[in-house]
Amino acid sequence: MLTIDKYLRPATLEEAYQAAQQKNSVVLGGMLWLRLGKKRVSTAIDLSDLGLDYITETDACWKIGAYTSLRALETHEGLNRMTNNGFRNAFGAIVGVQFRNLATAGGSIFGRYGFSDVLTLCLALDASVELHHAGVLSLEAFCDQGIRGDILKEIRIPKSPVRVSYQAQRNTATDFPVLNVCAVLRDDRIHITVGARPLRAVPLRFAVEPGADPEELASRLADTAAEETVFGSNTRASAQYRKHLCRVLVRRAVREVLSGKEEI
Amino acid sequence: MEIRMMLNGINRTAEVKPDTVLFDLLRDLGCASVKCGCETSACGLCTVLLDDRPVLSCSVLAVRADGKKIDTLEGLQEEAASFVGFIADQGAEQCGFCNPGFVMNTIALLRENPDPTDEEIRQYLAGNLCRCSGYEGQTRGIRAYLTAKKEGLV
Repeated sequence: MLTIDKYLRPATLEEAYQAAQQKNSVVLGGMLWLRLGKKRVSTAIDLSDLGLDYITETDACWKIGAYTSLRALETHEGLNRMTNNGFRNAFGAIVGVQFRNLATAGGSIFGRYGFSDVLTLCLALDASVELHHAGVLSLEAFCDQGIRGDILKEIRIPKSPVRVSYQAQRNTATDFPVLNVCAVLRDDRIHITVGARPLRAVPLRFAVEPGADPEELASRLADTAAEETVFGSNTRASAQYRKHLCRVLVRRAVREVLSGKEEI
Repeated sequence: MEIRMMLNGINRTAEVKPDTVLFDLLRDLGCASVKCGCETSACGLCTVLLDDRPVLSCSVLAVRADGKKIDTLEGLQEEAASFVGFIADQGAEQCGFCNPGFVMNTIALLRENPDPTDEEIRQYLAGNLCRCSGYEGQTRGIRAYLTAKKEGLV
């Protein structure tokens, strides 16, 4: 059961940051994961009044406020146009519409969850994050460093022509994924992220040689991704099964981004 | 903490603790249609509309409803009545426990997309679990309602 002693709705990011330095304080996201734990929170910090619910476009990137809902991202025309429905495909199977109306981009990213669909997609898209205190850093660096006690302000997705393929295996619809894979083709490079291992998502980067045979390349990258990635076991699947799935999903994802045709 | 909200079209004030969830507050305020199923944000039974968006009231802090508009099935009887008979005609209710959540989310679906395909209906209602029906009855019922509406029968 979650117990909250004090609820705070700061008027500025600095006020939120100072509150986040207190012992046992928690910044609230969508409250969907936090509520499931047994925890006593001294101060729950709600960023609702800080205007962090936005999706804006600059010449270089899309800026996504930390309090933007997953549903807003899933249904955003511009983001889906740039990623050939990558956001819709990645987020559409996360529980239900009611859940995705509550779950926030910031909560999903800041938690660096080992089951996350959001992290897998955003890492593959080379996203960066802006934190109130630490400033701007790549999402990959943020994941590696595990910064705590800071306030995530926004997520930035670089604007450039990409082809995206998102693949996930679930034991039942709307459950956590057993494994998810995102491939992004940008210029002559393919970024592949393997998530829900059930460890935090990891990015892999490959060059695409001119004239490479798509079938051969898809098989090779699938083998490499399966061999280079560490998998774990839990109640949903074994590490061995996940390794096998990785090979299948990466092959499908690479085929899809190279051919532009949806893999079924 | 005192919060103010518009519940089913009526301005209300309520005293809540920092960790009171909206579901508990709504039950205390007499909204018996809002039911608790899983308490893990998975089943959709506690669905209410918060500023016209469907959300899981078991996972929203009541303090976050301060200044917002909340609708439960008690306040949407007329809108629900337009299609629930079609769902009942398909025998889709069976035990009926999941029904308030299904109806609330169907209202949200039809407001957002008045002419959904069967796949869009399934997608939108995926967060509402039913352990009796296998979901086909609900889909058929909504389809029958949409067809009747197009034919001017409702």
